[in-house]
Amino acid sequence: MKEEWDLVIKPQQKLLNLNLKEIWQYRDLLTLFVKRDIVTVYKQTVLGPIWFFVQPIMTMLVYVVVFGNVAGISTDGIPKPLFYLSGIIIWNYFSECFMQTSSTFSTNQDMFGKVYFPRLIMPLSKVVSGLVKFSIQFLLFLVVYIYFIINGVVVSASFSLLLVPFFMLLMAGLGLGFGLIFTSMTTKYRDLQFLIQFGVQLLMYATPIIYPMSLIEGNLKTIISLNPLAHIVEAFKYSFLGQGELSLYGLGYATVFTIIILIAGVLIFNKTERSFVDTV
Amino acid sequence: MSDIVLNVENLSKQYRIGEIGTGTLSNDMKRWWAQVRGKEDPFSLVGQVNDRTKKAESDFVWALRDINFQVKQGEVLGIIGKNGAGKSTLLKLISRITAPTVGAIKAKGRIASLLEVGTGMHPEMTARENIYLNGAIMGMNKREISRKFDEIVDFAGCALYVDTPVKRYSSGMRVRLGFAVAAFLEPEILIVDEVLAVGDAEFQKKAIGKMKDVSSGDGRTVLFVSHNMVSVRNLCTSAIVLDQGQVAFAGNTEDSISYYLQSEDKSNIKLIDRTDRQGNGQLLFTKIEFLNSNREIVKEVFAGESIQIDLHYKVQKKFDASKMIFVLQFLDNQEQLMAAFPSDEHGTIFNIDFEKGEGIISLTIPSMLFRPNDYFIRILSFLGNTQGANQIDSINNVEKIKVLNNDFFADGRLIRNGNYTLLPGSYSS
Repeated sequence: MKEEWDLVIKPQQKLLNLNLKEIWQYRDLLTLFVKRDIVTVYKQTVLGPIWFFVQPIMTMLVYVVVFGNVAGISTDGIPKPLFYLSGIIIWNYFSECFMQTSSTFSTNQDMFGKVYFPRLIMPLSKVVSGLVKFSIQFLLFLVVYIYFIINGVVVSASFSLLLVPFFMLLMAGLGLGFGLIFTSMTTKYRDLQFLIQFGVQLLMYATPIIYPMSLIEGNLKTIISLNPLAHIVEAFKYSFLGQGELSLYGLGYATVFTIIILIAGVLIFNKTERSFVDTV
Repeated sequence: MSDIVLNVENLSKQYRIGEIGTGTLSNDMKRWWAQVRGKEDPFSLVGQVNDRTKKAESDFVWALRDINFQVKQGEVLGIIGKNGAGKSTLLKLISRITAPTVGAIKAKGRIASLLEVGTGMHPEMTARENIYLNGAIMGMNKREISRKFDEIVDFAGCALYVDTPVKRYSSGMRVRLGFAVAAFLEPEILIVDEVLAVGDAEFQKKAIGKMKDVSSGDGRTVLFVSHNMVSVRNLCTSAIVLDQGQVAFAGNTEDSISYYLQSEDKSNIKLIDRTDRQGNGQLLFTKIEFLNSNREIVKEVFAGESIQIDLHYKVQKKFDASKMIFVLQFLDNQEQLMAAFPSDEHGTIFNIDFEKGEGIISLTIPSMLFRPNDYFIRILSFLGNTQGANQIDSINNVEKIKVLNNDFFADGRLIRNGNYTLLPGSYSS
């Protein structure tokens, strides 16, 4: 007797079990999670969504004073606010994706222990709500950008502007991939939580956010070139500001790197989600 | 095509007890190698039955072992068992929260689980936003929720506060809101844990009614886990009893409940081994048993139903049995005397079997007129009169008997809990 079952739950499953169809079925849940993330952050605050602007502006001002004026680090002739702001917003997107997804299991263990939905929905929703925050901050960047153009500063945007969505995709993929790996590992080894905190800080200094790539030479340049984020950030800056490096070789490297990290992340996440409730 | 919608085959779940660490690296490597080849975990074979009272012999324990059962469409299956019998683990496996170690679960249609109400609700968001979020977490899409939104609000009784943040709600209101969303889920299989235990009486009735509608009206299947025998009895068409991770009994609801009530609570010290007794010991009580109207040994009795209490004794030394006075008392958990059955006032003269040296003293109570609660039994026996110096064998707190809520007045309603007697009678005006 052979019967048709809609659902079969078994101990071992395929190594890569993405089940995109199921994720698509739960797309409404994804949008609702995004809405929850955006809406609840600034509930019962006076300034509300204005806080989305305050953080990058303050960070930019600090960078202008500390790195620009005190330390005197070159910005390749780009106005300092523009140079730092472009770096800050794209870096914020990566760190948002990474930090938020890397705590998927630990912050949602109560919910995951009570109800089933495709677990990937949760980190994916963080990537999307990160994108919403990025868009708001990107708007701020555009305002500053246009202000400088009106005031006669010559910034030469390039045709690679068309590639900006692709750069964002790479950033999201890297953040998500690393996040999935870390959240899976932290269910067993809590130590990693502490590593993530300053790991992101350190990684930022290994990425040309507060300095241009052109300032780096020799061995240091080789090391920083290993960081896929460096190529993406440089390409992003080049697209808007005309200064920086648009290296096809570097972008190719970043793309391959992202794909590998994403696949590894999904694999580990898949394996962990099936029984993490028992070990967390 | 048969009408079986859920088929559980050889389902087992193993947990590692104590620290969940890596153990030794070589063991981890062996396990990993077995996994890679798709073999069964070599270290899972040393598991043992889940018995909490014994100390572990190995690092692994089977929370569930070889569970097999099938559920037909429209059936309401009760899952009963002691704490730690594996009920929740079973529900977690069926609702895909954690994966089984061995075996398979096959299902037709959507499964929605209600192990908690209001999962994922955010206190800062309004009831409206939370209904959508909670519904989506439970597996509904936006359109379905919009279609049922008014009904949900109506069922929860919160129309006035629909745009108020949920953090301003009372905890009871939050539960109602959560249950209301769940009640309008339309899965083919609904899994419900003991969530009905919360909320006020009116709401509980509403919830149970809704669950009955779901199964009988819409032909959907419900799996229901509860400690509350009254709601199991009210709701379920069949039941399985879990004990130490295995199916101990499966059958219709009544049989399963009485199996469960009989098997519960064997762990107490036997009466014969008790040393905290008073009296000269010419006769010793060795065992107490409660028998329900079907002459089954039970530990619990429904309010208003009859019960027989058997006290087994053995004779140590011959005495004048015609002068023996026996008293059985019910006390509440505050040691307040609730009722007594003094044999001298009842006019009973006991026939003690000195030939055989053992026998039974039986007390039949036609109706347990108690409010639902735990009651404790004390026995006293005397020779001649009821002075302390004349005691034969007296034991305090012999055994606990649980009086369960019931349709006491035979009008389809449950009575309130309490710890006092309810007498029959009728009002008129």
